[in-house]
Amino acid sequence: MRVINTKELIPVVNDLVKKACIDLDDNLMNALKQSILLEESELGKEVLETLIENANSAREKQVACCQDTGIAVVYLEIGQEVSWEGANLTDMINEGVRQGYGEGYLRNSVVGDPILRENTKDNTPAVIHTNIVEGSEVKITVMPKGAGSENMGRASVLKPADGVEGVLNYVIETVENAGGKACPPLIVGVGLGGTMEKSTLLAKEALKRPIGDRNPISHIAALEEELLQRINDLGIGPIGIGGRVTALDVHIETFPCHIASLPIAVNLQCHANRHASKVI
Amino acid sequence: MKFKIGDVLELFGDVYTARDAAHKRFVETIAKGEALPIDLKDATIFYAGPCPPKPGEVIGPIGPTTSTRMDPYVEPLIQQGMTAMIGKGERQDYVAELCKKHNVVYLLGIGGAAALYAENIKSVENIAYDDLGTESVKKLRVEGLKVIVGIDTKGNVLHKEGKEKFKR
Repeated sequence: MRVINTKELIPVVNDLVKKACIDLDDNLMNALKQSILLEESELGKEVLETLIENANSAREKQVACCQDTGIAVVYLEIGQEVSWEGANLTDMINEGVRQGYGEGYLRNSVVGDPILRENTKDNTPAVIHTNIVEGSEVKITVMPKGAGSENMGRASVLKPADGVEGVLNYVIETVENAGGKACPPLIVGVGLGGTMEKSTLLAKEALKRPIGDRNPISHIAALEEELLQRINDLGIGPIGIGGRVTALDVHIETFPCHIASLPIAVNLQCHANRHASKVI
Repeated sequence: MKFKIGDVLELFGDVYTARDAAHKRFVETIAKGEALPIDLKDATIFYAGPCPPKPGEVIGPIGPTTSTRMDPYVEPLIQQGMTAMIGKGERQDYVAELCKKHNVVYLLGIGGAAALYAENIKSVENIAYDDLGTESVKKLRVEGLKVIVGIDTKGNVLHKEGKEKFKR
């Protein structure tokens, strides 16, 4: 059994918050560069070039690449050989979030009560997802999620008879309805199966997969390819003003489900696809 | 105004930031018959809430937020004299009608180009609602802020025409 003091999480989360909000990773930068070659709209190309220039400028100046530095979604994949000691783990993660948003001059975008809507002024609390895995390590991933794209996601439970066509139509309708509001080019995360809440978790997890990687299940990979093609045929384009590149990729994650249901969730990610991870 | 959809403009002059919470207060103030904290005559409203500035900087990263959330507030603000809005994304059809009727334009900022936009802002003055944090009303002096005309004064909508052109 490996014992970790929860306090060790504070500097890790602090660093990951800043890294995610400031440095867009090479996987995304390469995808944006490639997308310029595919873009047919001159204005669309200009927008994509501006986004690349912006990302480089943010890295150079060490400031946030987008002003919506999101609500912090924090994933902990905890090895089952790990035992925790020290203060409350949730509090330590939130302390890391508090420090990271403060030190990084990142925007505080969280309200404490969804009805009363008073800003918490330190971007806490984070949305925390934990998962127990094999081993004696802990993988921490911070994914700041902006509202422009998050607001346009959808979830539903389809009927098994809706089948593949039902799934394709649901995803395409979601992207079409989002239009320019979700800040395309997008990464489209789809969760398929499980239960209502499981599908939404899968949809967000799908956004962590590198752009260009396919689901290992061949018929699901084929669905990803078909969706990417059909989404880019919509004509929405960069920031929604018309063009070829509406999505950089589509990622589907699946889970077994009940004989009577076909849960589906679509989580849209704007072009500022921010996430950073560390293993301790 | 002579601009048409798809035109790329560089803005010079003063704009005011206001987003969800500030708009709500604006219309509540108007409804009570009280004076607004800013004169909206010929004003440009930028739907934006910046990051805090680093020491020595004028402003932190700043960019447009999704405009359609402010759609219900467009008409009362036009009645107060607002002539331009900067934001991102599609709006309800009635906003294009209002632009046409009242000679108003909707300009698109490039969502996510916030580090670059911060360089185009030369001064910031806190005007009202400081308790709202990033959502407070600020007067920004902008120089060379790049925007694209999204809805022109004829009521043409770039999102609609652009999408139609590239649909297959």
